[in-house]
Amino acid sequence: MSKILLFLEPLKDGLKRTSYEVITAGRNLLDKSKNSSEPFDSMIGILINGTESQANTAKDYGLSNIILTNVSNLSGYSSTAYAEIIKDAAKENDATLLLFSGNATGLELAPRVAAKFEAGYTSDCVGLDIINDEIVAKKPVYAGKAQISIKINSDVKVFSLRPNVFTSVMAEAPDLNIQNKNLQIDDKFCKVIVKNVVKNEGKLDVLEADIIVSGGRGIKGPENYNLIENLASAFGGAVGASRAVVDAGWRPHSEQVGQTGKTVSPTLYVACGISGAVQHLAGMSSSKFILAINKDKDAPIFKVADYGIIGDIFEVLPKLTEKVKKFTGK
Amino acid sequence: MNILVCISRVPDTTTRILVGKDGISMDSQGVKFIVNPYDEYAIEEGLRLREKNGGTVTAICVGPDTAKEQLRTALAMGVDRAVLVKTDKYFDSYFVAKNIAEVAKELNPDIIFLGRQSIDFDSFQLPSYLAELLDLPSISVVSKLTIEANKVTAERDIEGGKEIVETSIPCIISAQKGLNEPRYPKLPDIMKAKSKPIDEKTPIETDTKVSVIGMEIPSRKRIGKILSDSDSDIEEIIKSLHEEAKII
Repeated sequence: MSKILLFLEPLKDGLKRTSYEVITAGRNLLDKSKNSSEPFDSMIGILINGTESQANTAKDYGLSNIILTNVSNLSGYSSTAYAEIIKDAAKENDATLLLFSGNATGLELAPRVAAKFEAGYTSDCVGLDIINDEIVAKKPVYAGKAQISIKINSDVKVFSLRPNVFTSVMAEAPDLNIQNKNLQIDDKFCKVIVKNVVKNEGKLDVLEADIIVSGGRGIKGPENYNLIENLASAFGGAVGASRAVVDAGWRPHSEQVGQTGKTVSPTLYVACGISGAVQHLAGMSSSKFILAINKDKDAPIFKVADYGIIGDIFEVLPKLTEKVKKFTGK
Repeated sequence: MNILVCISRVPDTTTRILVGKDGISMDSQGVKFIVNPYDEYAIEEGLRLREKNGGTVTAICVGPDTAKEQLRTALAMGVDRAVLVKTDKYFDSYFVAKNIAEVAKELNPDIIFLGRQSIDFDSFQLPSYLAELLDLPSISVVSKLTIEANKVTAERDIEGGKEIVETSIPCIISAQKGLNEPRYPKLPDIMKAKSKPIDEKTPIETDTKVSVIGMEIPSRKRIGKILSDSDSDIEEIIKSLHEEAKII
């Protein structure tokens, strides 16, 4: 029987939220496989250059085996080195199903690992199930305008999961067995190296936010963006922007949501003065709840909205901001 | 410098997607196809590198005969050579990666550029997969690139910031919006591109690594509570955000 290998990433005192999502997705597949003709034996996590206390947090999500690999000769993250380490771990543990988060790291790393096995790979999955003994993934295509069901035919199967779609669920593991591994990696695998990470100062990124408030052409100019920022701050969320706003130079590209920007799945997406062009919908239509504010009652954004306020954003936003503040007691 | 740029043929971003009769692919009737928007940044970066260092830019596409249209756009923008690995069959990303790798092995480029993703299957897959097949370093989603002698420094977009990544030539770079401002081909160049030769190659066959077994148009049921801008309506929305969405 083969295993499921989960790629886990450290963050502060624990793991990235997306890593707990990957553990939960792995656990679900492991459970479902028990009724199939080829059940998985177990699942195992791999955490590279993390600590035991970080690894220990995986126990709360039901993981009972982790390989804690310490690479002494890496000065920073290296996709080529990590791919080699993960391939070796998969081989040593007879893992045939490999799960990654579809975050920036996973989207770059997972296909490299898949290629080492010349395996099939499916990125950015929003669903994983076992149907008729086969793993079937659901994946948005054409910028979310359609969704495919897809299966991998090779023996080794690699998937990455869209962040914030697979909800992490806690479950106590009987015991967490941490397998420490110290190694040195050959220089030929260290041809790419991250020298530095520059954080956007003091700003919550749309990819990490639970609530996003975005502005569109309706905001009329960069000088009015404080209305968007104030509402985002009242919600404790991040500031986003439509393509029109970014192309006009009012906001940086890092805030752009949509087909040529970022694809986000927050719990709440607030679209202010955004008409809802198909390219914008592509980037945010998998949000759990959508609130739209627009003075045009026929704007397409209302067709995908859970909640809508028909009105001028210059009047609605200050009112809404005050009322949210009052409600949340801020 | 020997530069290879990989391009793909994708439906225009405004296309309304309908599921075809086979139930597993898009109905391409009446669909306008374009050069994948991210590939335009890849082409532009290749051209700028040639303008600075001299050399040749080759554009490659794996696809049907009609993909010549996209290769001609690349020629009109200024690439020197165009290669079409021609196939009429259904193919997966592995087929594309293997076939581009075959051509790249012959061509032995110093640098290969791609878009960060094709906007059809949005897989972000090819740069890394190709790099591994060619045993090359790669950097994905690059918004700033500096090349000095053999040393490559790139800014790569990640959640909440950027990674500063270093590698050396030969390497593979996938382009993010912001890397440059792609040029519009001029009319005389578009005309000239129409008569330029396109090198056609027969693909190598590969195993099918993934199979699409269904396609659907997602229809999320939305609550659809659309109200006015009155104080009481705004308060009603806030109440729903609290009670239904449980977000505040």
